[in-house]
Amino acid sequence: MPDTHDTSRAPWLRLPWLLPLCVAALLLGAWQAWVTLAGIPPYLLPSPWRIAQTLHSDWALLGAAWWVTVKITLWAFACAVLLGMGVAFAFVQSRWIEAAFFPYAVLLQVTPIVAIAPLIIIWVKDPTTSLVLCATLVALFPIIANTTQGLRSVSPGLAAYFELQGASRWQTLWRLRLPSALPYVLTGWRISGGLALIGAIVAEFVAGTGGTATGLAYQILQSGYQLDIPRMFAALTLVTLTGVAQFSLLSALSHRLLSGWHDSALPR
Amino acid sequence: MQAIDLHIREGEFVSLLGPSGCGKSTLLRMMAGLLPPTAGRVRVQGQPPDSAAARRELSFVFQEPTLMPWASVAANVRLPLDLAGVPRPEADARVAEALAQVGLEGFGAQRPRELSGGMQMRVSIARGLVTRPRLLLMDEPFGALDELTRHRLDADLLALWRTQGLTVVFVTHSLSEAAFLSSRIVVMAPRPGRIVDDLALDTPWPREAHHRTSPAFNAVVRRLEDALLAAHDA
Repeated sequence: MPDTHDTSRAPWLRLPWLLPLCVAALLLGAWQAWVTLAGIPPYLLPSPWRIAQTLHSDWALLGAAWWVTVKITLWAFACAVLLGMGVAFAFVQSRWIEAAFFPYAVLLQVTPIVAIAPLIIIWVKDPTTSLVLCATLVALFPIIANTTQGLRSVSPGLAAYFELQGASRWQTLWRLRLPSALPYVLTGWRISGGLALIGAIVAEFVAGTGGTATGLAYQILQSGYQLDIPRMFAALTLVTLTGVAQFSLLSALSHRLLSGWHDSALPR
Repeated sequence: MQAIDLHIREGEFVSLLGPSGCGKSTLLRMMAGLLPPTAGRVRVQGQPPDSAAARRELSFVFQEPTLMPWASVAANVRLPLDLAGVPRPEADARVAEALAQVGLEGFGAQRPRELSGGMQMRVSIARGLVTRPRLLLMDEPFGALDELTRHRLDADLLALWRTQGLTVVFVTHSLSEAAFLSSRIVVMAPRPGRIVDDLALDTPWPREAHHRTSPAFNAVVRRLEDALLAAHDA
């Protein structure tokens, strides 16, 4: 494999996070300067430094809320992966199953979660379970769609070879379809990871004040009511960082699993 | 395709030669049990080609290497043994043996995309040999390779055929490849797909590379060309 730390390339190409980091520094600097120089009060727009301070001083509250949201997100993501891939496996076993049920997967996707979240929250007693359920519904479709397409994207030559060797349905799924589908599956995971987080936040917004264990969305709402805008921004920052971290982790996993054989993971 | 009556004896190297559309690949696929004939029957050692007994005896090498890009060369060659449930130590020993037969010792850990087209085809042939078949069916296996690589693989395939006691059925549209490799050439023509000539070659073995420039070789190529042109004009 060629050396990825090729010294002949420019530094911003060798370190892919360097350029976005420079942009962030520039934007935050401009924001800080503008708020300070124009004397904008923190209840309208807090400075980045003020947000960082709030994050530090309110960590006991925000950290606990962050952990609640992370748990809901991870549970929802895990459920979406298991359920979505299970459905996709069923779809590729028979065209009949896919024809009969695919429209309902689409229906699930196009129904706005804010519209059905109140129903789910009423129907399901346990607040955490209802939030996980809402977030799962949001994250499910990309996994179904991508996995189904991936499981179908098998090289015809290899498929003929497996048929010739008298491979069983299970062997074909495990040794041929699943590895062929991996690039698609991982793309589905990356999309759904972010959607699970969005789903968790949206569902909690709709649920409003409910239950004892409250997440970041509740903190954002409460801060809004109390006009504690710095805390609102601090909570928002945590949501964003969580999403970025999740995407980075899934991208790293994807790169690790695909490096050496798939075009998307090869150095240019 | 028209009715075809073809009997291939054990130990022959038979080329099915003809232009596109003459049904040579279709015929080969029927022999492998990949396609059922609309009428008539195919038997491999008296068994239907899609029976377990026949499957053990035959291997198919496709036009493309059809390797799994995510798996190592060794895992690709081991695939038919894994599918058949051969225990790992025995399978690994046979993989090493098959890789040695095609001249790829030491490449087991590489991924297919790290290899050249010719080497990928060798991996595909090793995967065909690892089950120790008696019948090797090859569908224009070297069609996509450059001429020099193709000549080298032709020579190595002949050596394998002679040392392993294989029966080979080889589909090609190249007159010179058929003339170089075969002990028997079945010439086919399209519209409708049919056999127009069936000739046994008495060219002695082993055939070296310079055989390609000998008068005997040229005579065979001319005869093949005449047969194909006559079928085309008819």
